[in-house]
Amino acid sequence: MSGQDLGLAVAVFLACTVEAVEALTIVLAVGATRSWSSALSGVGAATVVLAAIVAALGPALTSLPIDVLRVAVGGLLLVFGLQWLRKAILRAAGLKALHDEAATFAEETEAARAAAREQGAFDGYSFAIAFKGVLLEGLEVAFIVLTFGANQHRVALAAVAAGAAVALVALVGMAARAPLARVPENTLKFAVGIMLTSFGTFWGAEGAGASWPGGDAALLAIIPVMAAVALATVALLRRAVSDGAGGGARLPA
Amino acid sequence: MTGSRRVLLAIWDFVVGDDWRVALGVAVAIAVTAVVADSSVAAWWVLPVAVVALLTDSLRRAARR
Repeated sequence: MSGQDLGLAVAVFLACTVEAVEALTIVLAVGATRSWSSALSGVGAATVVLAAIVAALGPALTSLPIDVLRVAVGGLLLVFGLQWLRKAILRAAGLKALHDEAATFAEETEAARAAAREQGAFDGYSFAIAFKGVLLEGLEVAFIVLTFGANQHRVALAAVAAGAAVALVALVGMAARAPLARVPENTLKFAVGIMLTSFGTFWGAEGAGASWPGGDAALLAIIPVMAAVALATVALLRRAVSDGAGGGARLPA
Repeated sequence: MTGSRRVLLAIWDFVVGDDWRVALGVAVAIAVTAVVADSSVAAWWVLPVAVVALLTDSLRRAARR
């Protein structure tokens, strides 16, 4: 496994872990409150849709010329990675509320109890909420699997890394029967943001015709530099917040 | 709102997110990299510099809000 393959697997695994934790909270809430079988049917249906998206778009992307693919994938990863990193930095600096799985679980449970219940074994509400939750959280992962995997022609490796993360979170979640509130979601999002931004920078520049000093080894410099910039920005924003210069209200999660 | 408009808005929100200036800046930076790469000057530094500038500018605006 090359360094780029390892980076791919780590980035996809971490991104998928974060999204799986968020999806698990929703599934646990409707499953425990209303119907496990309907909620798990929703999970299965959403997984099939996500797998179909990856299976359909993966070969189409890998058939593009390598420079076109690298510019497109690099650009998309950069835009996407900067979104993740921006939010993670704002959260780490205290300017944006942290995602609270326990609070989300309580809200979803309350909404599930309040929703009307139809007669019969199948509960449409549980199915729809679990389907929507898994599909929406999974789309980000599918996007990362496709872009990372297609660019390195390793969609299968990316899919395996994603599957391993889902299996781990599902096992731990089902054993705990509670939202995984202690998973350091923002730290994981911070790491994923740095990985996506670094790989996006590397591939975007290569696709546009630039040559990196040291070739692929340049990634070993780009990733720590991005991490250092992000951490320095957090420190600067924290200082601005404590000095009262960071604006007013905290942004919602 | 029509279905297709809703889908386009969802895709825009999914890819571009909270700050469209970052997406535009990334597109411009990649184009500048291609132009510089076509000359005899090394172009690898353009994108990292642009990324750091775009990120810090976006955060500065978000912090002011």
